[in-house]
Amino acid sequence: MTMELFGVAVTLLAMFAGFGVLIGLLFGFFGMGGSFLVTPALMVMGYETDVAVASGLAFVFATSVIATLKHRDLGQVDYKLGVLMIAGTTAGIEVGKLGLHALQAIGLADTVVSVIYVGLLGGIGVFITYNAVTDDGDGDGGISHDADAEVDADDIPDIAKKIQSYRVPPMMNLRGGISVSLWMILAVAFATGLLSGFLGVGGGFIRMPALFYLIGVPVPIAVGTDLFEIVFSGGIGSFLYAMDGAVDLEIVVPLLAGSALGARLGAAATSLVDEDEIKVYFGVMLLLGSLAVAVRKIGNWFDVPELQTVSLVIILGAATLVAGAVVVSSVRELRSEEAAAASAAD
Amino acid sequence: MFGLENATGIDGALLVVGVVLVEAIILYVGYGILERIFGPAIVDALSGK
Repeated sequence: MTMELFGVAVTLLAMFAGFGVLIGLLFGFFGMGGSFLVTPALMVMGYETDVAVASGLAFVFATSVIATLKHRDLGQVDYKLGVLMIAGTTAGIEVGKLGLHALQAIGLADTVVSVIYVGLLGGIGVFITYNAVTDDGDGDGGISHDADAEVDADDIPDIAKKIQSYRVPPMMNLRGGISVSLWMILAVAFATGLLSGFLGVGGGFIRMPALFYLIGVPVPIAVGTDLFEIVFSGGIGSFLYAMDGAVDLEIVVPLLAGSALGARLGAAATSLVDEDEIKVYFGVMLLLGSLAVAVRKIGNWFDVPELQTVSLVIILGAATLVAGAVVVSSVRELRSEEAAAASAAD
Repeated sequence: MFGLENATGIDGALLVVGVVLVEAIILYVGYGILERIFGPAIVDALSGK
């Protein structure tokens, strides 16, 4: 006899809750990775596409609420920047969708979107990993909890310094003591929205690096502010799908129970793990993600359904690997802090 | 689940999204309380104290 809770098999609830812990950890740590992981996994499990997309969105919405609250506690959300990003991103998404419809009309949408998606994921992954690996930072470990502390000029990427140098009024003062023109913020938000709308993705993997590399926001605040924006995009998206009854609570409720715990651990880990390590993990996630998407697309083009499973295995393997690395790095940092405190006391 | 299998339209969507949001807030508060109670002991154990 199968044990049931709320009319759902306990084994299914436990499986989704366990999967939720893994996704929540990555989501809380990077501010991305929710629908990227959940939707393909649900489709491979046999759920209809609309149910997989809708349940993924509802899950992302709820997880981003939890992760944003946690980042807010750590002082890592810039609401002013978040609202400006929402405005610019929304306009960009609309224009991106127009571009997509134009490509659909000439029958090139799938090919062009797939190539750009894989290229962008892989390209950003290589760029971030290369930057983090070649960075000769002081490697002091850990990120300041004081989000309002002045950012060291050496920590601001060159592109962001260039963008900050355009002093077109009105200037906006952001967390971390940086000052950027309103028009530059809206332009970056519009560009990320354009890509997001064109590719039909949430855009966390574009927005988080854009906030850091283009605007110069410190990584923890970039993650927190990105999550704040996902609350709105995820909320609206899941509401629209829920109107058609596509959100399956049997999936969302247990996934969320696990991811709420994972998101708490992931958000806390951003305050422990060295910023360059975060970037390496993020870059590796994107690289493996791009490989998985490429494998899935090749499977679609050549009608090899087995490649869908291979793609899922790559995504889940990458997620498990990176989540494991985050946990190990956090524990190592805790231990070295404890050892330093003990030797200082001696 | 929770009798909302056939919830559709604006009212149904509000109910479903509302359930998800309420669960998120309950979990945030609940895990927050657990973290306050057990957090220090877990951090001590992980740091090898």
